[in-house]
Amino acid sequence: MATTKPPLGFWGRLADNDVAHSFLTTPSAMIAAGIAVLCIGAALLAPLIAPFNPFDPSQISLWDGKLPPAWIEGGQAQYLLGTDNQGRDMLSTILYGGRLSIIVGLAAVCLGMVLGVVLGVISGYFGGTVDSIIMRAADVQLTIPGILLAILINGVGRAVLPLEMRDEFAIYVVIVAIGLTDWPQFARVVRGATMVEVSKEYVQAARVIDLPGWMIMVRHILPNVMRPVLVLATIGLALAVIAEATLSFLGQGIPPTTPSLGTLIRVGNEFLFSGLWWITFFPAIALVVLVFSVNLLGDWMRDALNPKLR
Amino acid sequence: MLLDIKGLDVAFLTRRETVKAARNVSLQVEAGEVLGLVGESGAGKSTIGNAIMDLLEKPGEVTAGEILFKGKNIRGLSEDEMRRIRGDEIGMIFQDPQTSLNPLLTIGQQLVETIQKSLGLRDKAAADRAVELLEGVGITEARARLQAYPHQFSGGMRQRVVIALALAGDPDLIIADEPTTALDVSIQAQILDLIKGLCRSRNLGVIIVTHDIGVIANIADRVAVMYRGEVVETGPVAQVLGAPTHAYTKSLIAAVPRADKRLKRFAAIDYIEGGDAPRRRIDVQNHWLGAAQDFRPPKGIAVDVKNISLSFVLQKAILKRNRKMLKAVNDVSFQIREGETFGLVGESGSGKSTIARCIARLYNVDQGSIQAMGRDLLADPRAPETRKARRALQMVFQDPYSSLNGRMRVGEIVAEPIRFFKLTADEAETQRIIGDLLDHVGLGASAAKRYPHEFSGGQRQRISIARALASRPRILICDEPTSALDVSIQAQILNLLKDLQDELGLTMLFISHDLPVIRQMCDRIAVMKDGAICEIGENEQLFTAPQHPYTRHLLDLMPRMDLLEPSAVMPAEG
Repeated sequence: MATTKPPLGFWGRLADNDVAHSFLTTPSAMIAAGIAVLCIGAALLAPLIAPFNPFDPSQISLWDGKLPPAWIEGGQAQYLLGTDNQGRDMLSTILYGGRLSIIVGLAAVCLGMVLGVVLGVISGYFGGTVDSIIMRAADVQLTIPGILLAILINGVGRAVLPLEMRDEFAIYVVIVAIGLTDWPQFARVVRGATMVEVSKEYVQAARVIDLPGWMIMVRHILPNVMRPVLVLATIGLALAVIAEATLSFLGQGIPPTTPSLGTLIRVGNEFLFSGLWWITFFPAIALVVLVFSVNLLGDWMRDALNPKLR
Repeated sequence: MLLDIKGLDVAFLTRRETVKAARNVSLQVEAGEVLGLVGESGAGKSTIGNAIMDLLEKPGEVTAGEILFKGKNIRGLSEDEMRRIRGDEIGMIFQDPQTSLNPLLTIGQQLVETIQKSLGLRDKAAADRAVELLEGVGITEARARLQAYPHQFSGGMRQRVVIALALAGDPDLIIADEPTTALDVSIQAQILDLIKGLCRSRNLGVIIVTHDIGVIANIADRVAVMYRGEVVETGPVAQVLGAPTHAYTKSLIAAVPRADKRLKRFAAIDYIEGGDAPRRRIDVQNHWLGAAQDFRPPKGIAVDVKNISLSFVLQKAILKRNRKMLKAVNDVSFQIREGETFGLVGESGSGKSTIARCIARLYNVDQGSIQAMGRDLLADPRAPETRKARRALQMVFQDPYSSLNGRMRVGEIVAEPIRFFKLTADEAETQRIIGDLLDHVGLGASAAKRYPHEFSGGQRQRISIARALASRPRILICDEPTSALDVSIQAQILNLLKDLQDELGLTMLFISHDLPVIRQMCDRIAVMKDGAICEIGENEQLFTAPQHPYTRHLLDLMPRMDLLEPSAVMPAEG
């Protein structure tokens, strides 16, 4: 017989939840979550915690350019991670750059997710010709490497914009480029999950009530297919950050005037062989730590939300 | 004494609690005797079988007691010693022959391997022995069949092979865990005869674990009744089933639908799930639920199905003549009178559920017409007249787990049809009616705030019924509403459906493969085979004087319940 326990409060019930319990007993998930929260928090709060504002010309002095990190001879205490060729504090640029990378990544994943989930649910719900058209489009897109497609969309986007608006709108173009390459992953997973749900009797019950298709999709199917989407979105965030960095590294993404992590790595790359390793090294480490922790989190989430692996 | 279990305790230690699956269980099996272990889901009957074989799944554990096999305690033996006992001394037959055979190996390979492992015979001798075994379980042309793969056998044949495998090591005891549950009725009888015959001819001890009293009545010599981990009653079958002494056994037997006569209600089932939940009766005359409908059926015919046919495409092809079609429903016509319960009965694949889904407009028929309440259901679905007719028709589904959206609260689930059809004046009235409906199906208004996973299968089926009633239907389609439920829960749900029908004057289309259930529920019955109706008749006439040979065949297959003396069954009025 069940041993009776006193009723739990709100937080107690939250911690008693299976997913929360799995989180609290998986050290790698907790560490990854800690690092990810730290990275994302630091990046988003960059204007408040960064020692300098790298975009403010009054705070930049070319005299302080190319200084090494503070603990190396010639370094200055105020520039903890050194400065780049223009005299900008590396720590501040990384924080600001990370902020841009994460914003681009989040926005791109959201775009890809919304597009993919909508198309996936429609595809799985209606089936037949609608399904064929959407899924073949996804298949075709998946035959082209994502980064090439992003470069193509990015290139077209820039060509369409007038010259003086290019830098200003570069960030949105990058978001659209990455988001548009992302949707087939979401669409495939959601379509499969939708097809499973459609065959269940609660959907048939809704049809007997005569609910219109869009109501069944929004009220009944959508909440039941969101679990795998959550996992995919987490891993997708890491991939989108990498995609942004790659685009920027190739000079296709964010312009150097408002650098992202990728742009920083590219700029630093030019000075790597002059011995100024810190300009490229620290942004790269920041990128790796961010992506790694988000990925670990995604891995844990995939296991924790899968009832078969519990 | 072949097997003597003394004071066995089995516990499952989970994160939240320790579940005692078996408590102080004592059982004896003699050689040449069939012991039936009967109980409902969660009673711990399979746990006992697995505990004997040391096959308990984590985190299950035997915490006390002894298992004496031929006088020797086998509890706590090492894995190696246990492996020798499994197969050589104790054989096991599982429920599903699909999964207990390896699909990648031939029958011969699987048998020979087992024989060699336990008897140490050479290839030739082992093959001979395999043929002998297969012939022993009634498989003809056994030598040729050694080369066959499991998928080349039918379900019943596969179960015979599984039995042969269990016998391969020449065991003294066989544990059969629901050996016939996955099989059709006609095959069930053959397999039970086979097991009983083997028990007698080889002087084996057999434990049959089952939820089905009919199986017990047909095969067992002695029976042990389990309830919530405890054996509540043991004794010879005739005594336990004919004159049960424990209150649970009485309830269980009273809940078994009888095929020989129709009762008004199942006797009060007061021993399960806190008893028949107290339903609040509602003064239907003055209640929302009984509010007058805006139409009456013409000439008392609620549903009129005329010559409907429906084919499914089995194999797609561009050319019509290359397509393979399955005629799921073939020129079916019947009428359901207002206020009656019309039964559709047939074996799996006979098309009975397809007809229900055609009437509920989940499938579109190829030909024919369907009218409900005098309105054409197949007309323009957007027309207000068709809408009304469809609203008057609701459905209760088979699987209590997939028929409710797990992400919605029970109150939201029940409110959905009310809100969609705008049947109430305001939100306060909606909430009041949800409470009334949940009260009415015996769950209590407080259920509205909870999620479906907090409820058991029977309670979920009550929620389904409340949802179906929420659009104030006149016709209720019940598609195997109780076939996923335990027999005592089934009795409660069937009672509830009967009461609702009496109070609300519902017309019901009741679909089941289970003849005794149909016998208890329906006024008129149609027997289906291969998508067509063989015979339509009144309940009494169909069961006492069937006209069609197929109906007679089905009636012959029903498990005989002669052992259940009328005196053992509680009075019909409860």
